[in-house]
Amino acid sequence: MNALLEVDGLRVRLPVAGQLRTVLRDVAFSLDRGSTLGLVGESGSGKSMTVRTIARLLPDGADVRGGVRFDGAEVFDLRTEALRSYRAKDVAMIFQDARAYTNPVRTIGDFLTEAMRTNDRMPKSAARKRAQELLAEVGIGDPERRLRQFPHELSGGLLQRVMIAAAVAARPRLILADEPTTALDVTTQAEVMAILGRMQREYGMAMLFITHDLELAGAVCDETIVLYAGQVVERQASVRLHEDPLHPYTAALVQARPEIDRRVDRLPAISGHPTTAYEAPDGCAFAPRCHFAQEECRAGVPPLLQIGPSQTRCVQMPGLRGHMAPRQHAGSASNEEVQR
Amino acid sequence: MTEPLLVVEHLTKTFGRGRAEATAVADVSFALAPGGALGIVGESGSGKTTTARMIIGLERPSGGRIMFRGEDRTHPARSARSRRERGRDIQIVFQDPYTSLDRRQRIGDCLAEVVGVHSRLGRDETSKRVRELAELVGLDDRQLAALPRSLSGGQRQRVAIARALAADPDILILDEAVSALDVSIQAQILNLLSDIRQKRGVSYLFISHDLAVIRQVTDDTIVMRHGAVVEQGPTAAVLDNPQDPYTRLLRDSVPRSGWDPEALTARH
Repeated sequence: MNALLEVDGLRVRLPVAGQLRTVLRDVAFSLDRGSTLGLVGESGSGKSMTVRTIARLLPDGADVRGGVRFDGAEVFDLRTEALRSYRAKDVAMIFQDARAYTNPVRTIGDFLTEAMRTNDRMPKSAARKRAQELLAEVGIGDPERRLRQFPHELSGGLLQRVMIAAAVAARPRLILADEPTTALDVTTQAEVMAILGRMQREYGMAMLFITHDLELAGAVCDETIVLYAGQVVERQASVRLHEDPLHPYTAALVQARPEIDRRVDRLPAISGHPTTAYEAPDGCAFAPRCHFAQEECRAGVPPLLQIGPSQTRCVQMPGLRGHMAPRQHAGSASNEEVQR
Repeated sequence: MTEPLLVVEHLTKTFGRGRAEATAVADVSFALAPGGALGIVGESGSGKTTTARMIIGLERPSGGRIMFRGEDRTHPARSARSRRERGRDIQIVFQDPYTSLDRRQRIGDCLAEVVGVHSRLGRDETSKRVRELAELVGLDDRQLAALPRSLSGGQRQRVAIARALAADPDILILDEAVSALDVSIQAQILNLLSDIRQKRGVSYLFISHDLAVIRQVTDDTIVMRHGAVVEQGPTAAVLDNPQDPYTRLLRDSVPRSGWDPEALTARH
């Protein structure tokens, strides 16, 4: 068995104003050791919630059904010492806003050595030395000086590298990366992704990579999962996602993005706005925005269908496969439709 | 040949003094034709937003000239009246639709206020104008009666665009106006912007770090780095056949299939 992480029938509800609101519905996937899985979706799709659930960072009062297994062990059964060790040694997280996750009045050195000192009871000088090695690993020059600096003295890209250094310090087996490059410039994004890729290869870490950018997921992930309204709607090899999407939502997302090497008369926009799991209608959550929706789409929650190695939550598959060309979406961006 | 609407010549802005002096914009020149769309591309710190702020009169240039319809606009307006007059020429839409609206003001009132500032209309005329604007950007009556908090990011950005258009400007500056939006919403707004340009003949100064968006909405582009223009020309030429190594790097940094960030990083 090669799966490092197995998520099974996950349903998460969070308390909002005294009521439980659904944020994830029946999310299931597995992630192999050393591989990279992309998690793509728009706002409210549940991608960050998936990561928080895996790291067991949900707020009090959250209602969780289904399971998350890491290396065969049920994550929601972990107690005290085992949970601490899971979070300290097995999984590591990298967030979008590195500045929000560092203490502005503590130095980079303090930030990097804290975990070593408390978790591994490392002496101060040894931790300092290790921190320097870590910075060198992520390509930060003059590590001695950097350790004495404060977060505000570092650029966003540099600070994100420090976050990566901290994340890989314990040699975790799984990295949870939540939009780690979204706030960065494109050239800095390339640098950060290069370092992340190299670290992952060197230490054989698996990565769950969350992004709203289908192109980025396609470029760096082996497989990609597309989330919509708290559900997995498609899972495919990333290289196939653009040419052979298996869900109308994925096809529409790919088409809605402008392209760098051509200009189109009108972008085939998707009408309406993204839905959350809480507001999702009965039946297929995407049906109200879908050009191919039929009666059967509204009949009940569509199951996740297996098509070869891929999955789709569209009842019209495989019939619709290869027939979701942008031309059929043309004119979809008129104001009348947008207003709905 | 038509006169350009806006001409920027040798525009320079420095902040601080002595050893702390930093140049944000260095010797930037370009022209915007009536009905044209000019893209300003660059990464953080390239000076693209400072350039926009000088054009709209929020910053005083340290050097160079800004000409609008042949009239010198280099220095910010002195009186409220001339500021208002200039507001009818150039308007701006910012990136973050969450912080650029008053959270206690209903959308309809917000638009009516701006309409009132720029044209003396009766109550019925004003509300008619507000409806026209709302229709132009795809907002309905329910949204006009709502407070910003009940609107989505895309709807708020529609409000920001309607508010900018309320002054009936000749130039609309869009400073990363679609960057924070979801892909499906971004496409709606980009289509909306091209509709507005067609219907109203308004010119765009479109600031973005996103080359694909620049390709979709602009005719000409300037690429900025460290405050200076490194390349400029028709958008298609700049993106398809970049001459400057930095433009090439920007282009190659955009993720796509077969993208190799490690090879790219080794290059510079």
